[in-house]
Amino acid sequence: MSVQLPLSSVATAAGTPPPSARRRRRPGRHHALSGWAYAAPTALFVLVLFVLPVLLVGQMSASDWPLLSGNQGVNFPDNFRDAVDNRFFWDSVVFTIKYTVIATVLLIGLGLGLALLVQESTHWKSFLRTAVLVPSALGLASASLLFYALYSPQVGPISPFLERLGIVDGPVSFLGSPDGALWSTVFLVVWRFAGFYMLLLMVGLQGIPHEVYEAARMDGASRWQTFSRVTLPLLRPSLALCTILCVTGSLLAFDQFYILTKGGPDNSTITVVQLIYNVAFQGQNDLGVAAALSIIVLGALVLINIAQIRGMRAPEEK
Amino acid sequence: MTHHRRTSATKAVASTLVIGLTTLGLAACGGSGDDGDGGDDGGGSTASSPEGVDDGSTLTMWTRAPLEKQANLLVDAYNASHENQVDLTIVPNDDYVAKVGAAAGSDGLPDLFAADIVYVPNWVQQGLFQDITGNIDGLDYADTINQGHLDAGTYEDAEYVLPFVLDVSMMFYNKDLYEQAGLDPEQGPTTLEEFGEQAKAVDEIGGGVDGTFFGGNCGGCLVFTWFPSIWAADEDVMNAEGTESLLASDTAKDVYAVYKDLVDSDAVGAGTRDETGATWVAPFQEGKVGVMPYPATLLSTADETIDVGVVPIPGPGGGGSTFVGGDGIGVSKDSEQSDQAWNFLQWMMSEEAQVDVLAKDGNVVSRSDLTDNEYAAADPRVQLINETAAEGRTPVALNFQQAFNAPSSPWLTLVRNAVFEDGSSIDADNEEITAILSQ
Repeated sequence: MSVQLPLSSVATAAGTPPPSARRRRRPGRHHALSGWAYAAPTALFVLVLFVLPVLLVGQMSASDWPLLSGNQGVNFPDNFRDAVDNRFFWDSVVFTIKYTVIATVLLIGLGLGLALLVQESTHWKSFLRTAVLVPSALGLASASLLFYALYSPQVGPISPFLERLGIVDGPVSFLGSPDGALWSTVFLVVWRFAGFYMLLLMVGLQGIPHEVYEAARMDGASRWQTFSRVTLPLLRPSLALCTILCVTGSLLAFDQFYILTKGGPDNSTITVVQLIYNVAFQGQNDLGVAAALSIIVLGALVLINIAQIRGMRAPEEK
Repeated sequence: MTHHRRTSATKAVASTLVIGLTTLGLAACGGSGDDGDGGDDGGGSTASSPEGVDDGSTLTMWTRAPLEKQANLLVDAYNASHENQVDLTIVPNDDYVAKVGAAAGSDGLPDLFAADIVYVPNWVQQGLFQDITGNIDGLDYADTINQGHLDAGTYEDAEYVLPFVLDVSMMFYNKDLYEQAGLDPEQGPTTLEEFGEQAKAVDEIGGGVDGTFFGGNCGGCLVFTWFPSIWAADEDVMNAEGTESLLASDTAKDVYAVYKDLVDSDAVGAGTRDETGATWVAPFQEGKVGVMPYPATLLSTADETIDVGVVPIPGPGGGGSTFVGGDGIGVSKDSEQSDQAWNFLQWMMSEEAQVDVLAKDGNVVSRSDLTDNEYAAADPRVQLINETAAEGRTPVALNFQQAFNAPSSPWLTLVRNAVFEDGSSIDADNEEITAILSQ
């Protein structure tokens, strides 16, 4: 599909006056054949690595499929009913949405702030840029393990440090309360990803032509006016990209919670993907219900992202 | 414009689908293809000879990380003395069920694999092991093999599993800290109430030393360390079928009360509440904890750093018991070398392996006729562990993992409400456990 799109856009963009319809068709057929040939590797890739697994999950979701004994025959729609009836289903949906909103607001806000800061500063530009970007070089699982040790009440250095500063009285249990666990994880995610979104937004900022700013200055626009009327609208495509990446990534959050909290304390930090994992491998061992949950999540993601793309579309496109 | 709009929308849907796939991958990697009856050609019960076959075959074997030390000792000793060679893979504890599940679905199980004894009833029923009843009955000492493990691996009168390593829980205490606290270092707690008093006494020492410690966010640890206190009072934790939870009995409530009292008076180590099981044995080993129920397999390791005293885990008002845990091992349904695999299993049960390998390292033996061995005689603590293990219990339930060990299990909810909260919801939480057990 992705190969076909450029081809058709080239055809329209070329803009040569169409000769007669008949003369166009002949080379067209030839083009179409080679077009399919070009598309074949991608199509095969998509078929084997995407369509077939989705069909398998679809089949699982409609079958009684325990982890240890395999397919036991059709079980539709019981899996979906069991998935929604799971005692953590709604809790996990609510928690995932809460986490997504917090993470997205913080990451995009901080990423934009950092990008503007790095853009404006002259002396420390490369140092700042590197310092913020370095955590992105660490895998999310490794970063989570690092923070697990840092937060640990037994070996972690943060709690004694805060005590010595006199900020807190006793040992702090970062992951011990539901709110503590959520914010400790959010802090990790912000630390890990802020640099990445800064980079994406910096590219967007650099794409804004200098002349526009010059014109704004000549019109006597204030700093705030320049930001809200020039920078933000012209940054819209980059912001849309970042939001979609961030929302999708946060809705599918797993590694950080799996390592830091395992859904605890008291089942307060179970994300939807963690619920899928738990149902599949941690006790219930039911791949059918886990697949049904996956299908529900897939459907929700498709809807959410269509809505996002519609909402983010530039005004003139509407 | 319309054209452009449509393609961007299609693109968006396509990319969304690709992203969505990440979730699906998770569920999909668990199993593929048919339900795997390929390898089950049932060689097990009709072994050619009591010793199996030792012809230089390579046997694959999986076990989980907590029993790494014992597994390595056994495999090294076997490989050194036999033609057959065992190729051992150690899997992290948390990933073990997922790995076995994925392999079972794709007929890729190793020849031999060990399983946490509490999961064995379920896995046997799912047909992951071959029937080895005939082989086991052929052993002269069959009636001395640990009965708890054999029962867990018995389904419809056929036996599938032998004890691999017994891991029993015992009350460990730090003799040096007991002396500092003015307690008798040769006298551990004989009742659960005494355990509470002694823990508080040690906690008085201060300076980074705590009275006791437990895995407050680890269902498996709590099963292993707290169930024996209920058994010590001759009560049970479940009905015989493993379908009804009895964890709201008066005895059980007494047990929770002792621990709640320790939590309320801050005699437990920092991080007890959050401990998910990854580091629950560490503080005692560092000499920072006075007394706690502990895995007996770690006696030799703990001995390296501290002077350890050992007593059975007491119940409210006295008594003593233990959780006979650890791993059972069997020949997998996918193995085509069941005679060779049996050769390893029968050697593992032999006096040579039990005494000269396991007992020599301070481990519990799986045969009651070997408890009085030369190594145990040298250390009265090991002798006590062996004696207690013979009296201990192994709980059997099909849905054990979901009810007790899983990170979001109702048992964990019960304990946390009973010990860290006001403890008013024990009866309701107990019914949640029964709801899972009876499924």
